[in-house]
Amino acid sequence: MSASVTHTSAPASHHYTTLGLDSRKVAIWAFIGSECMLFVSLISTYLIYKGRSIVGPFPHETWTDPATGHVFKPILNIPVTSASTFVLLMSSLFMVLALAAVQNKEKPKHTRGDRILGNSKLWLWMTAIAGSTFLGFQAFEFTSFVHEGLSIRTNLFGSSFFTLTGFHGAHVTAGVIWLVTLLAIDYRRGLGSRDSLLVDIAALYWHFVDVIWIVIFTLVYLIK
Amino acid sequence: MMDSHASMTNLPDSAEADAHAPHAEEEHAHPTWSTYWKVALILALITVGEVWAYYIPSFVAGRGFIPTLLTLSALKFTIVVMFYMHLKYDARIFRVLFTGPLLIASLTLLALMFLFGHLYIKVM
Repeated sequence: MSASVTHTSAPASHHYTTLGLDSRKVAIWAFIGSECMLFVSLISTYLIYKGRSIVGPFPHETWTDPATGHVFKPILNIPVTSASTFVLLMSSLFMVLALAAVQNKEKPKHTRGDRILGNSKLWLWMTAIAGSTFLGFQAFEFTSFVHEGLSIRTNLFGSSFFTLTGFHGAHVTAGVIWLVTLLAIDYRRGLGSRDSLLVDIAALYWHFVDVIWIVIFTLVYLIK
Repeated sequence: MMDSHASMTNLPDSAEADAHAPHAEEEHAHPTWSTYWKVALILALITVGEVWAYYIPSFVAGRGFIPTLLTLSALKFTIVVMFYMHLKYDARIFRVLFTGPLLIASLTLLALMFLFGHLYIKVM
């Protein structure tokens, strides 16, 4: 499958800036830039508080409660989070395939492979399902943490961890809702190349959520 | 019938249309389907490498662990931004809009790390 992917810049309704760029695309990049600052502030908070919790549970170390003698194992579950990271990474692939399918909607599809790759509904569904799966992993992780004795009020690690990953989860949730609205449009009237900018903007947001997780996964989960 | 925006400028209709047409700068060669799959494979392999490194105690205890993970993470970040977000192919203004705030945020992060004693500069 090496058919080239055409990226049509001109949407049906024109909102060009003086740079000749669509104002909505400029806006989403400006928004993503501001979101970078939000997430870096949350990551900074997490890193500043890293290793400064007085009581456990801790992310990578075992801790014994001196009052009760209860032993708390390291709280982070790396295999589960690795799986959820993989799912989110693959969702970015599905998203970019959805965008390419919408952009090349009018191109003739000769083979079965072309029809699969050109099926925007399939890739939008796959992206939404992958995003929901990631959220499911996060819900499982949060629930198990609470059962193991770590809540947002337990220690500095809990406060900064739940705030950072909770904000990210909220962004993924917004992304899934966005994808579902695109799917609704696709079922209602069909997404064509004239709608490529709509999908492009959603895709940019989705990939941004993915790159933020790439950073969180390394800084929070892997680095001890 | 002229639209409301066009009526506010002094350009003739043809120049008006040219002024509002997409820049030629936007039109670049874009990745193929196979490029997207290859990028996904590379991202998956890097992730496997990261997790694998996490489970090697001697490597985790060594000095290379954190720089390696940070480098791999930065590599994944760059690949997604360049290929999936098309920053490599899109107009330069988008790079400025993204990298500008990212640079400011990263410098702020480094400054905070110094301020709170997580990073040190040895003076003599």
